[in-house]
Amino acid sequence: MTLLSTRGLSKSFAGLQAVHEVDFDLPKGEVRALIGPNGAGKTTFVGLLCGRIAPSSGQVFFDGRDISHLPAHKRIGLGMAYTFQITSVFGRLSLFENVALAARRRVQGTAAVRAEVMGALAKVGLAGAAERAAGDLSYGHQRLLEIAMGLAQAPRLLILDEPTQGLSDAEITGFKALIRELSATTTILLIEHNMSVVMEVADQVTVLNFGEILAEGTPEEMHANAQVQAAYLGTG
Amino acid sequence: MSDRAKTLLLHGGVLVLLFALQFVLPAYHHGNLARIMVLASFAIGYNVMFGYAGLLSLGHALFFAAGMYGLGLAVAHGGADPVSGLLAGIAAALAVSVAVGLLALRTSGVAFMIVTLMFAQVGYLAVLYFGTYTRGDEGIVLQQAQRVLWGIDLTQPGARYFAALLLFAVCLLATLGLVRAPFGKVLIAIRENEERARMLGYDVFRYKLAAVVISGVLSGLAGAVYGLLFGFVGATFASVQYSIFPLLWVLLGGAGTVLGPFVGTLFMFYLIDLSSAVTSAYMLVAGVALVLLTLFAPQGLVGEIRNRIWRWLP
Ligand SMILES: Nc1ncnc2c1ncn2[C@@H]1O[C@H](COP(=O)(O)OP(=O)(O)OP(=O)(O)O)[C@@H](O)[C@H]1O
Ligand SMILES: [Mg+2]
Repeated sequence: MTLLSTRGLSKSFAGLQAVHEVDFDLPKGEVRALIGPNGAGKTTFVGLLCGRIAPSSGQVFFDGRDISHLPAHKRIGLGMAYTFQITSVFGRLSLFENVALAARRRVQGTAAVRAEVMGALAKVGLAGAAERAAGDLSYGHQRLLEIAMGLAQAPRLLILDEPTQGLSDAEITGFKALIRELSATTTILLIEHNMSVVMEVADQVTVLNFGEILAEGTPEEMHANAQVQAAYLGTG
Repeated sequence: MSDRAKTLLLHGGVLVLLFALQFVLPAYHHGNLARIMVLASFAIGYNVMFGYAGLLSLGHALFFAAGMYGLGLAVAHGGADPVSGLLAGIAAALAVSVAVGLLALRTSGVAFMIVTLMFAQVGYLAVLYFGTYTRGDEGIVLQQAQRVLWGIDLTQPGARYFAALLLFAVCLLATLGLVRAPFGKVLIAIRENEERARMLGYDVFRYKLAAVVISGVLSGLAGAVYGLLFGFVGATFASVQYSIFPLLWVLLGGAGTVLGPFVGTLFMFYLIDLSSAVTSAYMLVAGVALVLLTLFAPQGLVGEIRNRIWRWLP
């Protein structure tokens, strides 16, 4: 069953076609990697999905329902969670409060919120820093905090925009394990440049180039695909 | 001691202190403090929007005046008793803040400041235009007989002080509850990073509108009580001066702190009071003090205390 799909989804910025006529289907329960060279339109595409960016044309369906005209907060309310490529945490608030803001839309009560927050922070290895200000964290740890904020929403669809950027090798290993664990209950759309992450966690891969879908298939197929290789080498 | 206990102790302690002070203060300062508590309630209202939701309004005189004229007109022309007058003031502030919120929140940043400034200017001009009823600059003077509430004569200093303290306590405890509740945390989140708050699924517009309405109603309540306690309802209170005052009080005391508005109002009131006793250039003294504070305590007095000593301050 399809959880998310788009039809003819397009976005242009002052003449530049960032996303062009994309038809995309994401089955429930899948871990999908979205890859493509810099400027391919990946961030713009997921921004269109969750309503952060208004499309020039086209439709988005979530759980069989046309959500093209819903504002972002309503789409999030339906069970999408979005983490930013450029970390966008509440810098002057504590890690705890950052995650609590994400959790409180779903659970109420001090004790229940605390349990959710500490659970989410523990999963990304930041439970020990709960009282620190988010702005004091290193870039990599802010990315982990972003992920914890996504987890605390217990979303049906988790959209992650380059979550492993700035993480250490050990943290990347932890991240892969986390995604595998999460994939049992959550559909995941993952923008990722790190090929080892893509190869190890993704069920399917979509390759975006110049705002269009260039190819789709298993990680192995994409790895072997000549067109994809060419796009990455800049000759495509 | 938990943060919660410390918070209750501090804010409760301030209220108890203010209660006790009325028995020891000389008449002059007794009268001043009553006025300061009412003006601080206005500043508390301002702080909900500016300090917590991050919305800089330059038109809060409109809300203060809406409450004040709501009461003043109802009492002077409608023959209302003080309670009905206060309700009229609250209703007026509520209506005005909903309207201003719905329109002004379509903008943000500098445009929001300009739009609120313009709305307040419209309010000020309306007060002058309808001079037949408002008596313009000259204002409406409420008679002693019109200021008796449940048999209590509010022209008496003791009763007036107590009424001012009651208003202040209500406003202080209301904001304390507000900012400790999830609602207040969302306002802070919007102030810190609006886009992120939206992408966590919060309806940012609705929260901002709620902040404007709460802020407007508290400010209007303060305006209505001011008119009732001091017996004067005049156009000055609708002028741009009364839009700038709460901004200054809150900046000095500490935006986004529960006690800041009171501390800022108290500080500025006495700064002007004391310097005007020494020199006719008192506004210069006040100005220099303000500049120094802005340079050395940019978070305001209570804000600096929070940064340096009491990190738990709400
Ligand atoms: N707000 C904007 N205004 C104008 N152009 C934009 C805007 N956002 C993105 N673009 C352009 O749209 C194209 C796609 O950008 P996008 O950020 O979606 O790419 P991306 O695939 O996420 O790249 P990266 O891998 O570098 O994150 C780029 O050419 C970019 O410059
Ligand atoms: Mg991107």
